[in-house]
Amino acid sequence: MVEHLQADGEEPCVTLDAFLDQSNATAVRLESDEDARALIPFLDRLKLIEVAFPKFRDGRGYSSARILREAGYTGELRAQGDVLVDQIGYLKRCGFDSFAPEKSLNPADVEAALSRWPEHYQGAADGAVPIWKLRHG
Amino acid sequence: MYKYDEYDQQMVDARVAEFADQVKRRLAGEITEDQFKPLRLMNGLYLQLHAYMLRVAVPYGTLDSRQMRMLAHIARKYDRDYGHFTTRQNIQYNWIKLEDAPAILADLASVEMHAIQTSGNCIRNISSDQWAGAAADELTDPRPWAELLRQWSSFHPEFSYLPRKFKIAVIAADEDRAAMRLHDIGIQIVEKDGAHGAAFYVGGGMGRTPMIAPLIKDFVPLDDLLSYTEACLRVYNRYGRRDNIYKARIKILIHELGADEYRRQVEEEFAHVKSLGIDPPKAEFDRIAAQFAMPPLDASASDEIDRTDPDFAVWVDQNVAAHKVPGHAIVNISLKPIGGIPGDASSAQIDLMADLAEKYSHDELRVTHAQNIVLPHVRKADLYAIWQALDGAGLATPNLDLISDIIACPGLDYCSLANARSIPVAQKIAQRFADPARQRDLGELKLKISGCINACGHHHAGHIGILGVDRKGTENYQLLLGGSGAEDVSLGTITGPGFDEDGIVDAIERVTDKYLAERTDGERFVDTYRRVGMAPFKEAIYG
Amino acid sequence: MKLLTGNDLKTGFVTWWTGADWSLHIEDAADVGEAGEAILAVEEAARRVNAPYIIAGEQTADGPRPAHIKDRIRALGPTVRPDLTLKPADPAAGDWVI
Ligand code: HEM
Ligand code: SF4
Repeated sequence: MVEHLQADGEEPCVTLDAFLDQSNATAVRLESDEDARALIPFLDRLKLIEVAFPKFRDGRGYSSARILREAGYTGELRAQGDVLVDQIGYLKRCGFDSFAPEKSLNPADVEAALSRWPEHYQGAADGAVPIWKLRHG
Repeated sequence: MYKYDEYDQQMVDARVAEFADQVKRRLAGEITEDQFKPLRLMNGLYLQLHAYMLRVAVPYGTLDSRQMRMLAHIARKYDRDYGHFTTRQNIQYNWIKLEDAPAILADLASVEMHAIQTSGNCIRNISSDQWAGAAADELTDPRPWAELLRQWSSFHPEFSYLPRKFKIAVIAADEDRAAMRLHDIGIQIVEKDGAHGAAFYVGGGMGRTPMIAPLIKDFVPLDDLLSYTEACLRVYNRYGRRDNIYKARIKILIHELGADEYRRQVEEEFAHVKSLGIDPPKAEFDRIAAQFAMPPLDASASDEIDRTDPDFAVWVDQNVAAHKVPGHAIVNISLKPIGGIPGDASSAQIDLMADLAEKYSHDELRVTHAQNIVLPHVRKADLYAIWQALDGAGLATPNLDLISDIIACPGLDYCSLANARSIPVAQKIAQRFADPARQRDLGELKLKISGCINACGHHHAGHIGILGVDRKGTENYQLLLGGSGAEDVSLGTITGPGFDEDGIVDAIERVTDKYLAERTDGERFVDTYRRVGMAPFKEAIYG
Repeated sequence: MKLLTGNDLKTGFVTWWTGADWSLHIEDAADVGEAGEAILAVEEAARRVNAPYIIAGEQTADGPRPAHIKDRIRALGPTVRPDLTLKPADPAAGDWVI
């Protein structure tokens, strides 16, 4: 399930550079060409990481999300920008749990997209049990 | 052959439902073409010169007669009674209606087929050796690994919006029949100290900047195959160029970083990825491998072939290859009749090949990267009957690997990216060299034609390659010599100024004449070229 | 002259703007002059055409003909399969294409 489709007026995100410059911010925004690994030492104190999708075709944010989740980040991970309903399922599997699309999405379409796949072939960051594991109990 | 279980079936069924919904939203105007395009592309649906074009995957080139008949059915019902087999073991239909696409995908799903990831910037159909599981020279059957990769790459959440398309080939013989090193990742299953592992070649490709994949790792334990592949892809997804689509393929990244630096980054990523538990246990591999078990062939079958019919004997010598099991053979069906359209087959021909597979080849067929079809497990005693049936359907051209076995992309007759037509050139060359004795005298000669720099027709990898270009609004053809997509992989070199359609055919004849004059015993065209170099050929062509 | 062409959204068939509607036949195509962009925007938004674009053409005794070979092939069909073109019965139909 999508927790919230729209950002709801919390502390604004700082840029990665500002954050690394000794900011004590708890919310940071990662552009698509920025290295998610730079945040790994600070994951404990981050509440929100917003990952930018300047164009839906730019898929770097999927890797950024997985890197953060694989490093143990448990806070909010938000996909912001050119986020379309047909990408929501993949984004969620990579660890995003909130979405701030530039153009608002139809909730029914989001629901349909998220419930489309009963199972998944491969493990990712969403904890889904891969099909090969289901096959072998 | 791999059979879907309930999970596999669920996945393709879900995809059919998803695409039906996307098509509905597009037709209703809820999504724009810009948004719809990547979605339809991930289902193999292009908008081409005359209509939509649908590309259907034949994973690692293997299919059974029921699936083959479905390909004929789709051609008959939704298209114009034919299909085009491609160099990546897919089939393309050229006259598809968008409104029919969901029904076609549903028909495909009913026989465990799909068009998933046959286009778009994702991991494409995994290709393999068309003789896998049958070839006398293979180490093991590479297809179980290809199937593992197919499942892992299908709907991969992280790698569906890569910088550019991503093509993987898996082979397990030293003879490379899949142009492995011209793929983004080429995997060869190899043996070291009695154990099997995977050699990873990464960063090959054709297109406007052709590159041969360097060896990135000589031996990846097979338990790590998916983790290692995932690491290769993650480095690419993060650092591959996104500012320029012509520089977005992994080959450019590796070229810019250098193979050593790329390898270092992959190793670092792999050390982490390996801890994620991505690789399935051996039990899953065994489950898959069991389904690729050799069919029950009778090893005591006779090795005798009655060669009294001379036409049949010629075909046997040219189109039939050695099988692992005594008394058996691999039949290569040429889709290159003289003057025909390379890779095209009518519904009736597709059905006939399905019938032959069912009757004589343990229900199996293969699609080859040279746009031909294979019956992989045939008793030698049945060869004559098979040949007669093929001959009656125009499918017994004895030209495998000869000059008229031309790979040609659709070119300007079908493709909206083309600069020039490929098919008429292929037809004229085949007609010029129609005499079977002349072709056999020329020996193995791989001729490959692309209608533009994208190189779908593998022209860089042809012993003789032809590239169609646009010269002030008219079609013009450049000639390349010395390429190879096989284990002796190399990239062709342009001879010089281009030619018009008739000029290119004459130029090729001057090239083959020169070869005949220069060759020493046992030398193939490409061997002679490598020995004597470009100069004598240039002289012969341009005077 | 300038011609407006694209594909039908549902069928994918090549179509030509006639001045009022879309036709499969290049012979029906109208010169759009400078109005191409405006027509294209309206027609695409209304989903009466997909992926439309403007091309140069010339008027001949037999009707409008696209300047570029690619659109001439689009107008009739593949040169290697006359049986699949818009005029399968007429062996001379493709004479102007190449
Ligand atoms: C008619 C529709 C087709 C379109 C629009 C198309 C488009 C393209 C493009 C744009 C590329 C270049 C990719 C790049 O360099 O990044 C490409 C490469 C390729 N295509 Fe196609 N193609 C079509 C049909 C085919 C067919 C029919 C075949 C097989 C006969 C084919 C096989 C390939 C192969 C093998 C490559 C080279 C891959 C590489 O660069 O590594 N394509 N195609
Ligand atoms: S090489 Fe060019 S002309 Fe040929 S199919 Fe590919 S994109 Fe089209």
